[in-house]
Amino acid sequence: MATAPEIVGTSNQITDKKKRYSAGVLKYRQMGYWDADYVPKETDTICLFRITPQEGVDPIEAAAAVAGESSTATWTVVWTDRLTACDSYRAKAFKVEPVPNIPGQYFAWVAYDLILFEEGSIANMTASLIGNVFSFKPLKAARLEDIRIPVAYVKTFKGPPTGLVVERERLDKFGRPLLGATTKPKLGLSGRNYGRVVYEGLKGGLDFMKDDENINSQPFMHWRDRFLYVMDAVNKASAATGEVKGSYLNITAATMEDMYERAEFARDLGSIIVMVDLVIGWTAIQSMANWCRKNDMLMHMHRAGHGTYTRQKNHGVSFRVIAKWLRLAGCDHLHTGTAVGKLEGDPLTVQGYYNVCRDSYTRQDLPRGLFFDQDWADLKKVMPVASGGIHAGQMHQLLDLFGDDVILQFGGGTIGHPAGIQAGAVANRVALESMVKARNEGKDIANEGPEILKKAAQFCTPLKQALDTWGDITFNYTSTDTSDYAVTPTASH
Amino acid sequence: MMTNPTGRLTQGQFSFLPDLTDAEITLQIEYGLRQGYAWAVEYTDDPHPRNTYWEMFGMPMFDLADVAGVMLELKSCRSTFPQHYIRLVAFDSTRGVETIAMSFIVNRPSVEPGFSLVRQETNGRTIRYTIRGHEADRPEGERYRK
Repeated sequence: MATAPEIVGTSNQITDKKKRYSAGVLKYRQMGYWDADYVPKETDTICLFRITPQEGVDPIEAAAAVAGESSTATWTVVWTDRLTACDSYRAKAFKVEPVPNIPGQYFAWVAYDLILFEEGSIANMTASLIGNVFSFKPLKAARLEDIRIPVAYVKTFKGPPTGLVVERERLDKFGRPLLGATTKPKLGLSGRNYGRVVYEGLKGGLDFMKDDENINSQPFMHWRDRFLYVMDAVNKASAATGEVKGSYLNITAATMEDMYERAEFARDLGSIIVMVDLVIGWTAIQSMANWCRKNDMLMHMHRAGHGTYTRQKNHGVSFRVIAKWLRLAGCDHLHTGTAVGKLEGDPLTVQGYYNVCRDSYTRQDLPRGLFFDQDWADLKKVMPVASGGIHAGQMHQLLDLFGDDVILQFGGGTIGHPAGIQAGAVANRVALESMVKARNEGKDIANEGPEILKKAAQFCTPLKQALDTWGDITFNYTSTDTSDYAVTPTASH
Repeated sequence: MMTNPTGRLTQGQFSFLPDLTDAEITLQIEYGLRQGYAWAVEYTDDPHPRNTYWEMFGMPMFDLADVAGVMLELKSCRSTFPQHYIRLVAFDSTRGVETIAMSFIVNRPSVEPGFSLVRQETNGRTIRYTIRGHEADRPEGERYRK
């Protein structure tokens, strides 16, 4: 729990109506956007902002300004407020604390009444909460760290089209993480060459192959060509193994009409899954989720672009908030980081994102960056995806960090295998099954992992080759986005 | 195994490993029981990837907390259906899960001929695919005979 002293500000709200609404400029705290005594209702949305006020700006006034600018306020008093039940519409900052060990930064808690947001619309919620306030001049920087969404609002969303429970039933795959790989190189493969990579990976033992985020319909490969060759590969691999297989067909396109056209073609070819990029935007995401629900389709979400606003600690929106919004908006898979791979991610912070995707009820957990209890009200769960710079030699760490409900994606770690793509896939599948088996047998995989892999490599040459090639590769860089409450800083493995 | 030339069915948690011994199977059952799962034995001679409903060899053993009891059922199933695919399935009844939590193959026919892929050319370049077990043409109970 936070131990920092709470900043106690008396509420300076002007209660005399004549003074409050006479033309001119008032401080936000005088206008009713700060109330230290406010007790949030069960139906309120609560946001936790990290704010860095400009020099000389009082942190409480800054917090009140955030509340004001993310709800009803404008820079001056308007008499038209008095035509409304304006107190309901005002967000209320009710607590401000200095951020531990970072001078100049404050955590500000702000509550929003249920009436402020249109039911079932992430576009509307985000337009309020992150609409204007992040450009507000009196703040040097602001970040939305976490959000508590009330059950009353959660229940207005349909959530993931399929959810991880039903996904497993459809795939007939239980009790182990799923395996995937992104087809590489990202750009330049013809449809025919592309399908070759998909077939080799799936036949070798992967459950899924995946289009990259920027594979749409460029001059080197028309989307229809890709879909046709990929589905030949998927079905051929399925027949070769007796397993259900899939390949995320990226339907991201310029317009909704184009996306629907591509989605329908994917469905007509028998694909079990389509993919979109986060850059298509909230409205498009919710539309595609509706389409997927109607067409028995899984929806894979690549979080393309998120690093532009999630990575820096002082400004932007934390990925845990994005993950919460995406679970409401509806996707079945979500890239949530690897902790041990090539991309940003402190292990505890990343585990926090996984919890947001998979929990029935998320508990406050400050070292994991989770500031609030969150009741998901039986909303379906999202399957997290760990992708980017991971390899078979890290299997014990990945299983230990993330458990069974995750898709482990080894792109380079499959396709870059010295003996070929099938060998790479075999290596990953054998490493995974050995590790799950060992864990279930009661072995301490976090410590005995390397030994377990070495033993499995005795009967599996491809795994031995993978370990010889990548065994020692690690990405040891300090994370930028870490919890302020970690007992000791956690290093990437 | 570099590729999969034998048609080995790779459904389940552990198909890429050497077949589990009974001692190893016992450890997996114990793990499931510790998690509070209920074990069931299922068998089939139609392992098509979309054949969801294998035959139940009795009901899921909801109140059975003894590994030996599960192994007894498995052995009985094996002696009744030695040439069938048999899998152990664990059910998790936790709210919000309520599905299968573990599933792995514990018996295989001595020869696994696998599946063929039937392609039907249709409009444009679209192909309709049908996955067909090489043994599926024979009636149930007469497949996978030595």
